[in-house]
Amino acid sequence: MQYLVSVIDDKTNSATPDEMAAIKAFNRRIQAEGHWVFAGGLNAPSTATVIDNRGGEALFTDGPFVETKEYLAGFWVFEAPDLDVALKIAAEGSKACNRKVEVRPFL
Amino acid sequence: MSAVDVSEAITQARGGEWAGGAPALTTRSGAPHIAGEPAAEASAAAVERWPADGVPPNPGAWLTTTASRKAIDRIRRENKRDDKQREAHMLYDDDPPEPLGAIEDERLRLIFTCCHPALAMETRVALTLRMVGGLTVSEIARAFLVQETAMGQRITRAKAKIKGARIPYRVPSAEDLPRRVSGVLAVLFLVFNEGYLATGPDTDPVRHDLTAEAIRLTRLIRDLMPQDGEVAGLLALMLLTEARRTARVSASGELVTLDEQDRGAWDAALVAEGHRLVRERLAAAAAGVAPGRYQILAAINAVHTSARDVRDTDWSQVVALYDQLVRIDPSPIVALNRAVAVAELDGAEVALAAVDRLEDKLAGYHAFHATRADLLRRLGRGQQARAAYDKAIELAGNTAEIASLTRRRDRLR
Repeated sequence: MQYLVSVIDDKTNSATPDEMAAIKAFNRRIQAEGHWVFAGGLNAPSTATVIDNRGGEALFTDGPFVETKEYLAGFWVFEAPDLDVALKIAAEGSKACNRKVEVRPFL
Repeated sequence: MSAVDVSEAITQARGGEWAGGAPALTTRSGAPHIAGEPAAEASAAAVERWPADGVPPNPGAWLTTTASRKAIDRIRRENKRDDKQREAHMLYDDDPPEPLGAIEDERLRLIFTCCHPALAMETRVALTLRMVGGLTVSEIARAFLVQETAMGQRITRAKAKIKGARIPYRVPSAEDLPRRVSGVLAVLFLVFNEGYLATGPDTDPVRHDLTAEAIRLTRLIRDLMPQDGEVAGLLALMLLTEARRTARVSASGELVTLDEQDRGAWDAALVAEGHRLVRERLAAAAAGVAPGRYQILAAINAVHTSARDVRDTDWSQVVALYDQLVRIDPSPIVALNRAVAVAELDGAEVALAAVDRLEDKLAGYHAFHATRADLLRRLGRGQQARAAYDKAIELAGNTAEIASLTRRRDRLR
């Protein structure tokens, strides 16, 4: 079972060196424990482009699909047997990156 | 077998296992003087029985067991008062808990799934009532004053989340259990309270089905965690509250306050069981284990249920327990309940001053106005009391409570 763990922030690329070190250590550990699938940090929502190609011609719009004060600043994808394990890892991730996170299961 | 042989067997037994038996017995009975005489009585019984029956395979254990029984008999003889008997029973009732059967196991797994911290609190309560308690969606909706369709959707969403997010169907590991169980207790307490003071305008004022279910489930948790103080505390609190259930609503359907209840109508067996649990926790507290809120609330209820007449209530003890509770739970509702006890100890004026300080936080809570109204009435401030009763009646949801408040208001002249 895979879970998307979104890091919620109101800034981009705002992690301090200490936070970066903690995130690195956390990543290494979940890789060793076999939970790691993928992870990454995202650039600011203002750098996003929305594309709608439902009408035959691709339409590009500058900016994110929804403007919010807090947004997705990065994410992990974990492999975990159930929500208890996923929540436990995500809680450790939240502590490591010092941000709120949201856990959402894949279908 | 000769008398000499028996005497030698007793001496050997007493020198060996008995040496360990006597102190153990002393500690368990909590009264050092008890150990000596039952020990002698046990030896006497051995002298009487062993020549005829033969020396038992484990003479030391036989003596310890016999002395235990003698000690219980002695306590029962010497103390006619019921509570001492119960204490003796509590102290010696060391049967190991029955192993959980498959059905109980199944229910426990369900409880922990329904009370998962990833679900909203209202959802946990609703789901527990539906899945574990077997209540219908419409019953749950009525209990929580929401539309049946809304409650149905909430339960459906919760089930979808359990499935989709893979909330595990199991009792948490020993490591996670203490943390998880406090969430379960909160749910069971809410279920119980909803039963004890049902909020619906069309429901019975007291819903025995909910209180009974909450008690049954708390017992299950206690079987799982017999050493957990808060589990024991919550069970005691529920039992001591449930014991008063039949005295709590009058024949005319009116809520009867604690001071006006017919104490003879209280369920003595439930009171006894609750007191036993409270004593168990008091012993733990004396050994240095800090009690949590359920244990303190249970102790407060034990003080109330120990008084055969409301005038015998040990109010200083009640206030002291509330002081303890305020330190771990400084909520305005605890402060309000403390003020009720303060009124009995220091007078209505002192209590009213304490209640008035809570107005900012509790102005929307019917019990705040009801408490103020009672205090104002006692101080002879009839007009203000009437206004406070009016406000309490306006905010109260329970039909029996509204009837009681109305009567108290109309008694004002």
